[in-house]
Amino acid sequence: MDLFRKRLISGVTGGRKATSLLRAGLFAAAIALPACAFLALPSITAAAKDAAVKGADAPIVGAPKRLRLLTTQQYINTIQYFFGPDIKIDVKFSPLARTDGLLVSGSSIAGVSDAQIEIYQKVANIVSTQVLAPERRETLIPCKPKNDKAADNACAAKFLGDVSGYLYRAPLSKDRLANLVSDAGKAADQLKDFYAGLQLTLEGVLMSPNVLFVAETEEADPKRPGQMRLDGYSLASRLSLFLWNAAPDATLRQAAAKGQLDNEKTRAKIVDMMLASPRLEAGVRSFFDDMFGFDDFETLAKDAMAYPYFLGEAAGDAREQTLRTVVDQLLTKNRDYRDLYTTRETFISPALAIIYGVPTTPGWRAIEFPPESHRTGILTQVSFLALHSHPGRSSATLRGKALRELLLCQKVPPPPANVDFSIVNNPNSDYKTARDRLTAHRANPVCAGCHKITDPMGLALENFDGAGQYRTEEKGTPIDPTGSLDGKDFANVDGLTVALRDNTSLPTCLVRRAFSYSTGGSLPLTAEPALVELNKSFAAEGYRLRGLLKAIALNPAFSAVAEPAPKKAAPEKSASVQPTKVVAANP
Amino acid sequence: MNGLNRRRVLRGMLNGGAVTVGLPLLNCFLNGNGTALADGSAMPQRFGSWIWGLGMNASVFVPKKTGKDFEFPEEIEALAPLRDKINIMTNATAFRDNSPLLCHFSGWVVSRTGIAPSNRTLGSETYDVKIANQISRTRRFKSLTVNAAADARVSYSYEDPNTPSPAEYSPLLFYSRLFGPDFPDPNAKDFKPSPRVMARKSVLSGVMEEMDSLNKKVGTEDRARLDQYFSGLRHLEQQFDQQLTKPEPIAACHPAASPKDSDMKLGNESPLVVARHKMMTDLLAMAVACDQTRVVNMAYCATFSNTTKPGYDKPHHTTTHEEPVDDKLGYQPVVSWFTRRSMEGFAYFVQAFANIKEGDGTVLDNMFIVADTDHGLARMHALDGMPFITAGRAGGKVKNGYHIDMKGTTLARAGLTALRVMGVDTPRFGDRSNTTSDPISEILV
Repeated sequence: MDLFRKRLISGVTGGRKATSLLRAGLFAAAIALPACAFLALPSITAAAKDAAVKGADAPIVGAPKRLRLLTTQQYINTIQYFFGPDIKIDVKFSPLARTDGLLVSGSSIAGVSDAQIEIYQKVANIVSTQVLAPERRETLIPCKPKNDKAADNACAAKFLGDVSGYLYRAPLSKDRLANLVSDAGKAADQLKDFYAGLQLTLEGVLMSPNVLFVAETEEADPKRPGQMRLDGYSLASRLSLFLWNAAPDATLRQAAAKGQLDNEKTRAKIVDMMLASPRLEAGVRSFFDDMFGFDDFETLAKDAMAYPYFLGEAAGDAREQTLRTVVDQLLTKNRDYRDLYTTRETFISPALAIIYGVPTTPGWRAIEFPPESHRTGILTQVSFLALHSHPGRSSATLRGKALRELLLCQKVPPPPANVDFSIVNNPNSDYKTARDRLTAHRANPVCAGCHKITDPMGLALENFDGAGQYRTEEKGTPIDPTGSLDGKDFANVDGLTVALRDNTSLPTCLVRRAFSYSTGGSLPLTAEPALVELNKSFAAEGYRLRGLLKAIALNPAFSAVAEPAPKKAAPEKSASVQPTKVVAANP
Repeated sequence: MNGLNRRRVLRGMLNGGAVTVGLPLLNCFLNGNGTALADGSAMPQRFGSWIWGLGMNASVFVPKKTGKDFEFPEEIEALAPLRDKINIMTNATAFRDNSPLLCHFSGWVVSRTGIAPSNRTLGSETYDVKIANQISRTRRFKSLTVNAAADARVSYSYEDPNTPSPAEYSPLLFYSRLFGPDFPDPNAKDFKPSPRVMARKSVLSGVMEEMDSLNKKVGTEDRARLDQYFSGLRHLEQQFDQQLTKPEPIAACHPAASPKDSDMKLGNESPLVVARHKMMTDLLAMAVACDQTRVVNMAYCATFSNTTKPGYDKPHHTTTHEEPVDDKLGYQPVVSWFTRRSMEGFAYFVQAFANIKEGDGTVLDNMFIVADTDHGLARMHALDGMPFITAGRAGGKVKNGYHIDMKGTTLARAGLTALRVMGVDTPRFGDRSNTTSDPISEILV
């Protein structure tokens, strides 16, 4: 057991004690084998607890200022909000390393390779060519050149001034703007085409490190002497990337220029405006897509022989179904976040209707599953069930692991590298069901430790096959869907979803992920007091997502700048960095 | 270098106006060693990396005899026709010292960086990047990284620990990147520099000027990220220059027609992976034939490969853990089936470069390829008994036709050998138990 575990796990405990620890929200350490314990990371340090107790006098500690690389979706949203949704952008930037549970956190450490620069140039060309296409000039260019075969500095300055203010997310210096206008003019004269000059200049602007990187800058906080906070434009960008997953619009930049984001009351007004905007949906979708690990859908494939009813569109539709459910429940209907895991209301497409065994109708439609369907909450949707299965088989272990890691922010250690699977490898064995197979596997005490923390909840989902279709038997043998989660036993999946809904880690995990996401990177341990505060207000307001987003955006820790963290000690780093790709070596 | 660094030189050149295609041979461009760029008289040297997932079954992979005249066991039978073009190395070790065994990760990371990772992050760039900085900086593409897994995330080339080289995963998109409208066809009949490209270059230099103010806003670590960005812009500028200069004709450069949309099927089934690997390999080989790059990286599949065998319920990775060992055969038959497909893939890859004539020989004669994997016996996540394969003569520096028993020495010797053969002056490679200053001398001329 390494040093880090020694520090975090107060002791190896039995189930009941572990449950009480979990309830306390401080530690999670569960099982009878020291080789395998799941961890709620990171935990509150004594210093951070002190700070939380001291309250107002204690320094406000947020995240460090960051240098964030725009993600693919942030880039696309930014372009389409300004130039129109009909600008076609089919691009994938370099994959980000999932860091502390979020892909977006990888954007604060990612570098840019030569090949990525080339991708930026290609997409800049594609975007600028569309923006300056004859059919869009009327609407997108605010003026007409005197002669469209030559330079027109006045008109170019108007267009480039507007565009650069938006894309740079702050006003451009006069000199730089003059350079851009002159570049556009030279190119226009060379090519005898005013619009070609603008197109090439816009292409260049879209290559700018100031556009593709979000470099946060800080200033002294007059209210808290000795402490730093984000300056107005950096704060506007942080808010906008958080809530809209795009660059700030003109209103937000104006508010930054007038200092309105530094004042609690005016910031609240701006945040209300942002929460009321239709762009909020894109922001919320992006956050949940990231937290749920839905990037894995891009390569999800099912064995067509095992699951002939899992059609080509099913994977994409399953992702969309869950995101629609999230938006409908949490934004449109403003429901309790925890009810997302028990609601029977959702939306289905024709490809999904086949899997769910309900009549197909063209397009998407709202549906409420009957109580006896066992389709309660997003855990029982095709997205979760199919994503955490093998191509040709369901996996109680993968599902249990995903539930713990994605939804409860706990970390399930990878299987020990030298496991011998000879028990399940016995060619003469005939395991009819997953439960039989896993029971045999758990006969090995080395395996039993970890599987105890994933399988009991995963097995309750065994009534759904690897593609998410409901079943009552496997290989002719009835499925036993009993299980337990952190000390709560249940007879089937309906009990699991209720136990998950009532698990205290469910809302605190959302708070942790949302706050981390809002700052675009991993949180320092010193940010714990802010999480404690946010957990309280989230609970007090009945676990409403809108309320949480607002509380984060208005929390002083959201705009405060922490000192850059000292280099973490090696053992901590090794435990807190999660694999880019979960490697599943489980049955 | 008395205050003369790469950035400053590049800036100076920009301010000086015209930048020519051939970069001046200043030491600061060449990764510390000013001897790398070919002057046009010597045959250019190339490097290729190729990776397959999930190791092998020693009883049917490792030849019984070492040295020359060994027999190819059944798992590597596909390589037998290439006997005089390759070397088989077996029984190497990825030492992890006190680092954890990170399944399907530690092995290839030691192979490619010489450093056992302590978490899922690399300790340095991969050595193909060092080689690319040495031999391929002046090319249109410093390197090309592709996979046959149809997954943008499958890349085993890293510019630094946080920056994977983005992998081409679609033959269609890859074709258009290589041979689309921006391709400077060396054999084109007429050549006219495009005024559009000239204008583009001029706008780009303004963008590069922005780096200074941005640099002031960030801390040291982030400055390294910005530096990397700047160096990427600089390389882009060089690409524009190449588009503005008439290229020398190259006889072997004949890009085929673009793959068709209908040829593109996503999915992990083995026949799809095989077909995709062929298309991607053909494109890579032609890119090298046209001298668009001198470093290529191919991943046949992810190291935790999810390739499936039609009609079999588990993907490759799961199969390594769950398929019973066949008592009669003494190994896992379906796992071996997957490894055999991988070896056929590597044979195709090597042959693709051997098919391109160059001077009196072929491109493969002026190339060095290393194929590696993540484990020895994947079922047990073994980091010992690890194999790798080399191909090509590297301009006469390497002998072929050998089976070498590495006798448990570090896998990092593959990297050291590749670096030395490619002219990267490296006294040693790797750290802790993987430190080596001992290349595989048996195959060196």
